[in-house]
Amino acid sequence: MNDEKKYWLDDSRNVNRLYWGLVVVCVLLGVADLFVHRHVHFSWESFPNFYGFFGFAAFWCVVIAGKNLRKILWRPEDYYDD
Amino acid sequence: MIEALPPGLILILGALLIPLLPKRWQPGVTLVLPVLGFAQVLMLEPGISHQLRLFNYELMIVRVDRLSLVFGYIFHLAAFLSAIYALHVRDTVQHVAAMIYVGAAVGAVFAGDLITLFVYWELTAISSVFLVWASRTEASYRSGLRYLVIQVGSGLLLLSGVILHAYSTGSVVFDRLIGDDGLLSSASPGVVLIFLAFGVKAAFPFLHNWLQDAYPNGTITGTVFLSAFTTKLAIYALARGFPGTEILIPMGVVMTLFPVFYAVIENDLRRVLAYSLNNQLGYMVVGIGIGTALSLNGTVSHAFAHIIYKALLFMTMGAVLYRTGTIKATDLGGLYKSMPITTVCCIIAAASIAGLPFFSGFVTKSMVIDAVGNGHLTWIFLGLLVASAGVMEHSGIKIPYFAFFGHDSGIRVKEAPWNMLVAMIAGAALCLFIGLYPAALYSILPFQNVDYVPYTAGHVLTSFQLLIFAILAFAVLVRTGIYPPEKRGINLDFDWIYRKALPALIRWIATRMGRVGKRLSLLTEILAGRTYRLIYRLHGPEGVFARTWTTGAIAFWAVLGLFGFLLLYYWGR
Repeated sequence: MNDEKKYWLDDSRNVNRLYWGLVVVCVLLGVADLFVHRHVHFSWESFPNFYGFFGFAAFWCVVIAGKNLRKILWRPEDYYDD
Repeated sequence: MIEALPPGLILILGALLIPLLPKRWQPGVTLVLPVLGFAQVLMLEPGISHQLRLFNYELMIVRVDRLSLVFGYIFHLAAFLSAIYALHVRDTVQHVAAMIYVGAAVGAVFAGDLITLFVYWELTAISSVFLVWASRTEASYRSGLRYLVIQVGSGLLLLSGVILHAYSTGSVVFDRLIGDDGLLSSASPGVVLIFLAFGVKAAFPFLHNWLQDAYPNGTITGTVFLSAFTTKLAIYALARGFPGTEILIPMGVVMTLFPVFYAVIENDLRRVLAYSLNNQLGYMVVGIGIGTALSLNGTVSHAFAHIIYKALLFMTMGAVLYRTGTIKATDLGGLYKSMPITTVCCIIAAASIAGLPFFSGFVTKSMVIDAVGNGHLTWIFLGLLVASAGVMEHSGIKIPYFAFFGHDSGIRVKEAPWNMLVAMIAGAALCLFIGLYPAALYSILPFQNVDYVPYTAGHVLTSFQLLIFAILAFAVLVRTGIYPPEKRGINLDFDWIYRKALPALIRWIATRMGRVGKRLSLLTEILAGRTYRLIYRLHGPEGVFARTWTTGAIAFWAVLGLFGFLLLYYWGR
């Protein structure tokens, strides 16, 4: 097991780099919003970085909602084997 | 000679020859048949052919127009890719079933009348169930039975609808069925039944569970076939018969949203993909509901792109299942080390389904969303945005992350077999091709007067914002430990109604009936006993009717009787 090839992602420092890289990309995307003209259908779309904030919040809510749904809907694997 | 046959029949007839060949050659035939079929579709001229008179109805076995052609192209393409993926399979049943299934789906999209459509509709159901049964497990057998009942049921709904519709209109032509007002409430009962039949196959909410039930139980290669045809045939049928049907808009949004939550907590990654398929159908259904040229082009192009990236996703998960023997997220992870090519293909498919710019989903889904924006349907628009973030969650991140990255399961396997790799690389290349060169796909769409430009700076930026911030949310959730860990188990869905509740209700009624029955028989016994005793008392050895009477007494009673009769006669005169 020890002589197995070490992969780039095996090093937790690289995972950290990826994470902070992602944060930087997001900041850049948010800033870019101030410079790019975009065609909007609704007035609220023109809020700076609307899509970024919406994407983050929607993703968060979906995961939290799913987590809570599991409390109601989860059953053991053999539930239907009767 | 090839053009003399109706499209689809080459595959169906060819499939019947497969069992006659040695097992080694059978997969080769499944590769040739889609190519022949595709060549035939290329030669088709727009118009109606193969007309036939059945009783009082004019059948149009083949009707070629731009809408049927797009589906004809993509069905053959999907069949070809899936056949490459299944080249290693040595199972006659699967090869025959797959080719008949594809042929029936192709025949159905070229059917010009509702009776021909019905015949092919049922044939897709009957042939495709063998791709589930071919797993040859108890679970797949039961799941296949449920699938068959629901699919054949859809066909029966269609048939009843067609009969009512033909009776009231005298026509079986399959064209726009919904009225100009787009309201289902003012449609005839026949049309409503046809709508429901399409809805079952399109996995409308509450009619959807056959999909999440059967597809994860199909064989590794069979599920790739299954993912492409049944539901997209239904999308085609809805686009043909019900464009602009208002109810489809909210229905489609519900379809994009509810599977997202299930996909988050589902442990079986092929079932995650089945939920994600359901969610993608939602976008197409919304597009049909809006019914403008832009939205319908969006629906058709999204179906086209979707067939490829969804098949590709099922291929990558199939490869994982083939090599590791499991598809449970709890057991997987770290596979990028052993299956790098599969990993890259999976990421390309994930980026496509999520609608990341430069991948196929971006240039197709955005047409539907743009059409919603043009209609200023605020809540529908917001619903689709939430769903897009949801797609990023379950298909964009969860599938690749839990299979190939995440916690290293320690599983070390070989890369997928060469034929699987070829199919996956071809699929991934197509995802990129459509994303980078959308004009090719746009040129075959049904409406040609639509000028849609997907690549504007604003559109690319907002898409990146939505999706990259969604990825950031994932990263934060995982780092903070809020993201729910995968968990063995299943999650209740609507199929609970017919798998648990209804059987329990029937058992309950049966026991009740049993008790009532017991009481009834007890009552009968008591009544019978009493009657018997009464008869015994009257007629038994001691009974009043059993006494011996004297002649005199008899004579007395006889005279009395006669006297009574005389009186009656006298008064009655």
